[in-house]
Amino acid sequence: MNLLEVKNVSKIYGGLKALDDVSFDVKKGEWVAIMGPSGSGKSTIMNIIGGMDTASEGTVILDGTDITKVSDRALTNIRRDKIGLIFQQFHLINYLTAVENVMVAQYYHSMPDEDEALAALERVGLKERARHLPSQLSGGEQQRCCIARALINLPSLILADEPTGNLDEKNESIVLDIFKQLHNEGATLIVVTHDIEVAEQAQRTIVLEHGRLAKIVDNTAHKNENARSDFGDQSGLGAYGKPKRTS
Amino acid sequence: MTKQKMYLRMITSSLLRRKSRMLIALLAVAIGATILFGLATIYVDIPQQMGQEFRSYGANIIFLPSSEEEELEDETMEKIRAMVPEKQVVGMAPYIYENIRINELPFMAAGTDIESVKTTSPYWYVSGEWPGDETQVLAGKELADTVGAKEGEEISIKIEGADGSMTEHKFRVSGILQTGGNEEDYVFLSREALSQIMGREAGIDVIECSFSLPQDELKALSDRVSAELEGVTPRLVKRVTESEGTVLTKLQALVLLVTIVVLGLTMVCVATTMMAVVVERRKEIGLKKALGASNSGITRDFLGEGFFLGLLGGGLGIGLGYLFARAVSMSVFSRPVFFHPVLIPITLGVAVGVTVLACLLPVRRATDVDPAVVLKGE
Repeated sequence: MNLLEVKNVSKIYGGLKALDDVSFDVKKGEWVAIMGPSGSGKSTIMNIIGGMDTASEGTVILDGTDITKVSDRALTNIRRDKIGLIFQQFHLINYLTAVENVMVAQYYHSMPDEDEALAALERVGLKERARHLPSQLSGGEQQRCCIARALINLPSLILADEPTGNLDEKNESIVLDIFKQLHNEGATLIVVTHDIEVAEQAQRTIVLEHGRLAKIVDNTAHKNENARSDFGDQSGLGAYGKPKRTS
Repeated sequence: MTKQKMYLRMITSSLLRRKSRMLIALLAVAIGATILFGLATIYVDIPQQMGQEFRSYGANIIFLPSSEEEELEDETMEKIRAMVPEKQVVGMAPYIYENIRINELPFMAAGTDIESVKTTSPYWYVSGEWPGDETQVLAGKELADTVGAKEGEEISIKIEGADGSMTEHKFRVSGILQTGGNEEDYVFLSREALSQIMGREAGIDVIECSFSLPQDELKALSDRVSAELEGVTPRLVKRVTESEGTVLTKLQALVLLVTIVVLGLTMVCVATTMMAVVVERRKEIGLKKALGASNSGITRDFLGEGFFLGLLGGGLGIGLGYLFARAVSMSVFSRPVFFHPVLIPITLGVAVGVTVLACLLPVRRATDVDPAVVLKGE
């Protein structure tokens, strides 16, 4: 059963097409990666799916609702009720502690519950740092706090934009482990990345180039070197020239 | 935890944990509130301060008998005193006048309560001393020059007795009086001493009063005395009351104008600071929108911060404003200013209102931001 259906979506800025007739769907409980070089339209499609931007053409059906046809107020409600956002820059409120940052999402959604927020932080291994301000947390800890905030309202869809882009290997591994755990628990994940190793963790990878859908790779069927060739990896480099890690 | 508790937690955290930023905004609000409270205190206090200042120019109302045949009694004076709040009575001096001769030259003697005269006529300059008992007199300078009287010397005063015969009495001149006015042609002594040489208990010819009252209240008192006390004619000392009223009106208008101008400038300053603070937090606004906050919800968050900031800055401004007004009053009037509690809610209201308004405009603009744009990475 599809949770998300993206049909013939285009986004035009002035005369420039950031997205050109892109279509794909995401099933409930599926983990999908969106890959592409800079300027390929990854962030644009994420913003449209996340209800933070609108499509110039096409439709986006999320959990049965066409979000391209709803009012601003309804779109706000969809963001609040159905989507959990994870950012590359973390975007934590700097004057609130980790647990308060998680509670902010509860505050705008329904009712703040400190115990629930602490439980969400415990789930990402951050309970001991719950009373610390973002400035007192490392990058990895901030990202885990951001994940806890995204999960707290049990969203239908978790959207992560370059979630490991600002992390070292160790923290990248922690974050990916959390994603795996979420996926195993039935969460639907869309991860925008340009890191092939992050993309490989997903079940499918949607590759965008110049705003167009280049290909969709089924990672479950290619958990071997062949899959790498599908990403264009022939010489020890990642899909877009980024050196692969060997660990 | 309730939503209200979380709301308060977010607001207080924003104010307490963003110290350096909030300090600038708080300072702007506090300075505005300080100037507002200080100038408003001076504005309200001017009538009182100027009233006291004008009291040094002498009596502002006098009471006379309605006809030449009549005299006023001490009881009348007490009735008038009872009509004025005790705090507003600076002084009341009764006078009896009698013709006398010194060195065969005709003069006027004034019998009065010497201690009261010191309060009603503080501008009198006495070279030597005020009369200390019934054997001493105060001689006006013109009179002293004419008869050649000197401080510490005796003078001989002749007065017509009750039976029409002239009697002579010796007095010591305790001091020479200089006022620049008619008083310099008089000799002043105690009522008791004058009654004694007149040979009878004389009634009061005039009561000079110095009341710390504005012109309209003096007029009301005058009307009341005319209506309630038979045989008494009140008369406002117009050169004092009118100049007091004119100066007061102009001074109050000036302070009001300065207050309005400064308030306007302060509002601009607070608004600019708050705008900078809000614009700086566009990312936070974008994030809250991305998390599902409505525009009204975000506006409410900022208005809450503005409210607390206004309250805090206003409270601080009240304390500092009073000190400011006190310093101004001490340097201009040489006396402390009164604290007017009625100005507290006004100052707090204006401080909160200005801060909230200053937040509202930039927040409304900031809520229009596209979260996708402000949250964009890199």
